[in-house]
Amino acid sequence: MLEIRIHGRGGQGAQVGCQILAEAFFRAGLWVQAFAAYGGERRGAPVTAFLRIDDRPIRIRCDIEQPHHALVLDRTLLAEPALTGPLRPGGVLVVNSPEGPLPGPPRAGRVVRVDATAIAQAHGLGAIVATAVLGAFAGATGLVALEDLRAAVEQGSPARRRENVEACAEGYLAAAGLARVGA
Amino acid sequence: MTAQAALGHRPTRMLLTGDHAVAYGALRAQPHVIPVYPITPQTPVLEKLVELAEAGELRGDLMTVESEHSAMAACIAASLAGARVFTATASQGLALMHEMLHYAAGARAPVVMVNVNRTLASPWGFWADQTDSLAQRDTGWIQLYCESAQEALDTVLHAFRVAEAVLLPAMVVIEAVYVSHTLEPVEVPEPALVARFLPPFTPTLRLDPARPRGVGGTATPAQWRGNRLAMTAAMDRALEEVETAGRLWGGLTGRASAAAEAYRAADAEVLLVTAGSIAGTAREAVDRLREEGIPAGLVRLRLFRPFPAGEVTARLRGARRIAVLDRNCSVGSGGIFAQEVRAALQVALDGPPPVLSYLLGLGGINVSVERVIQVGRDALRRPLPCPGPILEEAL
Repeated sequence: MLEIRIHGRGGQGAQVGCQILAEAFFRAGLWVQAFAAYGGERRGAPVTAFLRIDDRPIRIRCDIEQPHHALVLDRTLLAEPALTGPLRPGGVLVVNSPEGPLPGPPRAGRVVRVDATAIAQAHGLGAIVATAVLGAFAGATGLVALEDLRAAVEQGSPARRRENVEACAEGYLAAAGLARVGA
Repeated sequence: MTAQAALGHRPTRMLLTGDHAVAYGALRAQPHVIPVYPITPQTPVLEKLVELAEAGELRGDLMTVESEHSAMAACIAASLAGARVFTATASQGLALMHEMLHYAAGARAPVVMVNVNRTLASPWGFWADQTDSLAQRDTGWIQLYCESAQEALDTVLHAFRVAEAVLLPAMVVIEAVYVSHTLEPVEVPEPALVARFLPPFTPTLRLDPARPRGVGGTATPAQWRGNRLAMTAAMDRALEEVETAGRLWGGLTGRASAAAEAYRAADAEVLLVTAGSIAGTAREAVDRLREEGIPAGLVRLRLFRPFPAGEVTARLRGARRIAVLDRNCSVGSGGIFAQEVRAALQVALDGPPPVLSYLLGLGGINVSVERVIQVGRDALRRPLPCPGPILEEAL
């Protein structure tokens, strides 16, 4: 089983983004389970979304305490206790951030940055940075096919579908390019 | 091979949340009247029903009313007029319906309602807690607790079959977040398959302007008592109907169910008992406890009213210790499922195994696999007597 967490703030698309990523894996024929935890129904409050992926039905129903991979939509959340713990070995942390030092403790594993805020703004998406970060996750890890992810974004975006698909593809290319440089 | 496969049906597997799965269950049951009032975390049920109605798929009369009390009043009247009736609510909404819940059962209106378990105020919250539905245990409603979106969809169909067979209302219960808002693959059965399972609702008596009659007028003490005894007999039949529906649906879809379901229970020394979303996590915990050398098992309560005392006793009688995991709290008493299990065993067995009560996940707190494993270990070594509920801090 693969476990992924998405951390964001209300209004950035963490919960819907998690459902979109679930849909992308589902399209590849896998079993998925996606849900979210948040402190209140308000914008700006921290949101944690959970995604499990397996090749068989998933029976456990609890929060993910130590994910394989994590996607962080707002870099200020890196100082939050839930995010300061290590990922599983080999895990990838995808962070929406421009260049410069990251908040929180030093990271042991692989960290992939994508300036999703700039991508979202370029596509007129305002605070919705989730789709660009999803693209970066796909590009950095290769775990989900861009084709499946684009289709899932197209289907799952409540508004601005074309812009979200473009932002997703741009995030993918940025991270895939970084992965090639790093390799 | 299931009948589904034999008939060449290819079920549509969709990604649905528990709430949306419930709406598809209602769609397949083809209710005539659906009075609903929105409340978090039930609202997506209503949103999906509206979407299905606008798409022309859902043909029933979707009534938006001014409160849950009115919703249930409308449900009762429509049901007594011979309509198949569906509704859904949660928490405060269910509490506001309380008076009408008794009325529905006493009037023998087989309404089917989904309740999404959510904390009751005060303080305000949106999280999973089963106390809202368990507080309605004495209203005369059948209650079925589900652990997944798939089971929620299936159980809506089971509930109509059972309720209409015995003429009692039925409540299908799912927990907030962990089922209601969890997205997962769900098979939506073909209408033709559902038609083989769920016959049309054809009550022998119904309100009809052409032949005026009343329901719910003043009864003498003897008549009132007779009504309650008839309801009691109907509840006994409901247990059989639930078991029959579970077997029949298993034959049609491969997804059989029972009033009380056992997992690795036959030779278990410590048996976990729970209802709802914790069950899947508990199955994982059972497997890991067995890897540690602790013979653990699980009995999941799917049916709560009528309480399947015989089925529960048969599955629990051989254990050395029983640990009931309750995501609910009757303040001043403790876990509600634990009370019911204790009562059932007390009259059924001479010297029943000790039933320990664990309060886990109150207010929607996460219940991890590790937490349930701790319960399994704790139950075997906890000194007796231990009447009070055991909290997470004590594990």
